Amino acid sequence: MTARTLTVRDLAQIAIFAALIAALGLPGALTIGAVAVPITFQTLGVMLAGAILGARKGFFAVLLFLVLTAAGLPLLSGGRGGLVWFTTSPSTGYLYGWLAGVAVIGYLTAVLLPRYPFWPALAATVLGGIVVVYLFGVPVTAVNLGLPLWAALVDSAKFLPGDVAKAVVTVLVARQVHKAYPGLIPGALRRKPSMTAGHAGR
Amino acid sequence: MTRITFDGVSHSYGKRSVLRDIRLDLSEHRIGVVGANGSGKSTLVRMINGLITPTSGTVSVDGLNVARNAREVRRQVGFIFTNPDNQIVMPTVQEDVAFTLRRRGLTREQVAERTAAALDRFGLTAHADHPAHRLSGGQKQLLALAAVLVAEPKIVVADEPTTLLDARNARRITELLQEMSQQVIVVTHQLELLAGFDRVVVIDEGEVAFDGSPDAALDSYRELLA
Amino acid sequence: MIGLYHPGSSIIHRTPTLLKLLLLSVGVTVVGLLGQPWQLLVALGAVFVLYVVAGIPPRPAWQQIGPILWILIIAVPLQALFAGWTTAGMMAGRLVVAVALAALFTLTTTVTAVLEGFQALLHPFRRWIDADRVGLLVALTLRCIPLVAEIVAEVLEARRARGTQGSLLALAVPVVVRSLYAADAIGEALVARGLDD
Ligand SMILES: Nc1ncnc2c1ncn2[C@@H]1O[C@H](COP(=O)(O)OP(=O)(O)OP(=O)(O)O)[C@@H](O)[C@H]1O
Ligand SMILES: [Mg+2]
Repeated sequence: MTARTLTVRDLAQIAIFAALIAALGLPGALTIGAVAVPITFQTLGVMLAGAILGARKGFFAVLLFLVLTAAGLPLLSGGRGGLVWFTTSPSTGYLYGWLAGVAVIGYLTAVLLPRYPFWPALAATVLGGIVVVYLFGVPVTAVNLGLPLWAALVDSAKFLPGDVAKAVVTVLVARQVHKAYPGLIPGALRRKPSMTAGHAGR
Repeated sequence: MTRITFDGVSHSYGKRSVLRDIRLDLSEHRIGVVGANGSGKSTLVRMINGLITPTSGTVSVDGLNVARNAREVRRQVGFIFTNPDNQIVMPTVQEDVAFTLRRRGLTREQVAERTAAALDRFGLTAHADHPAHRLSGGQKQLLALAAVLVAEPKIVVADEPTTLLDARNARRITELLQEMSQQVIVVTHQLELLAGFDRVVVIDEGEVAFDGSPDAALDSYRELLA
Repeated sequence: MIGLYHPGSSIIHRTPTLLKLLLLSVGVTVVGLLGQPWQLLVALGAVFVLYVVAGIPPRPAWQQIGPILWILIIAVPLQALFAGWTTAGMMAGRLVVAVALAALFTLTTTVTAVLEGFQALLHPFRRWIDADRVGLLVALTLRCIPLVAEIVAEVLEARRARGTQGSLLALAVPVVVRSLYAADAIGEALVARGLDD
């Protein structure tokens, strides 16, 4: 990770969000079982990472989570882990999609801050957290299961209502958090220089 | 003992002034800091190792300006926080103690040896390979102490180290702090912790309200609260 | 750091991580190219032998491979509609073999070894990537998982104590805010403990 430019505070935030994505998949956390691609609140964690930490820190948080999972820790919801989920599993594409999605959400969120109006923010979160993620997920499901693309797309549609709900929650959470806790996304800070003064102490 | 000086130190968070013109010269072995919630104690002691840089004035440790030599000063000043959960940064007990010794130019064997000795001193040897989160609250604070003392600092600063502990564990940590050969600076609301201390500073609304012997200081503090 | 690892001392356990990773990718590629049902049967037999050599009991093996079979129950009939049963069966067989191979890697390699392997793969990029920092981040994340899990549990509990069901939003805001405070406190502790570069 591009060492020198990340502060100690950045490192702690990255680790906490990687841990948050993992914690949202632990048994006992709420899960929605599904047949083909089991999804959970982990996608909420991914959207939150982008909308709250921004593109760079959010990307590293998701990457860190995925690396630990690929290494064999059972951190994906349902206690899954290992290389299977990054190679041959039908849901493989979605995991790579998270990486692209978190970056898109983070980038667009930085543009929208500090105002962060609801509808544009929701559009940004849906674009990154759903459109981009599915763009990776659906074709890989089709390839790994040998199905035509439209069948994989129809199959993925059953996650759409849940994912839209998560995008709405992400935007509402991010609004409150950015108000209470300005300066989380550096790009946004630059555009609002009055916030920098009180912040150096912590 | 090391000399810690606050020279005309003031601090504000944004527009809010929380410390005003603090002048202190601390070289006693055991120093207590007391004061009401929000009076500025945590802000004050965080300046000793440069976690907070004062908006004006200087803090120095052993003649070194903390703001300019934070790295060097931090090697001499160990810091114990209220909540050990936030202070433990590595997954297992032993790794967490060893973390303090990284980049000190020690060999693997030296690190292992000093880590083992620190764990032994605080009765944590049996837990060396356990995940830190499985320890009890009292054990976690012991781990925090072990991880600080393994580096053999000259000064130990503790910000309400017993607040989250039950009476028994609080007493244990208190005894350890009182017996320590290092210079200790303790912020606390538990006044019995300060028995046998050499000096107590009372902070009130960002200023030094009293500074002197524990008995006199505690009397003045009780008056303040009344 | 145990994860899904199944302890053992077989030759598969002892094969160096990167070599095992290479063999895995070769294996998965070859399996993807198989076109005849008998070839697939040979591959299935070979994988079975590998599991026996590694000494993996049926239970952990099933835990890894089982979830895929559930997916196939839906996918195979669907595909048979388009391409006939033979093609559908071949697809299912290839998938099962590939999944079993990847699972075997995970079952016979410790997380520490895999992370070290990843670090070795990063070595050529050391000008841009600080392996020390990556290692620190990995350890820090492992430490933070129980911490955040506790925050989630406490927020759920507080909600139950109040007797309110509450929305996902009422759950997510306190979890995120408390996580950010924890990150700040941990960052402060890292600095106090000498990580200031
Ligand atoms: N990071 C910060 N940003 C803004 N204000 C702060 C910050 N940290 C502390 N304060 C404010 O500064 C004042 C002094 O805080 P400090 O933490 O030093 O008090 P304290 O004496 O340690 O209190 P307590 O006994 O409750 O721990 C308080 O009013 C607090 O609200
Ligand atoms: Mg305090």
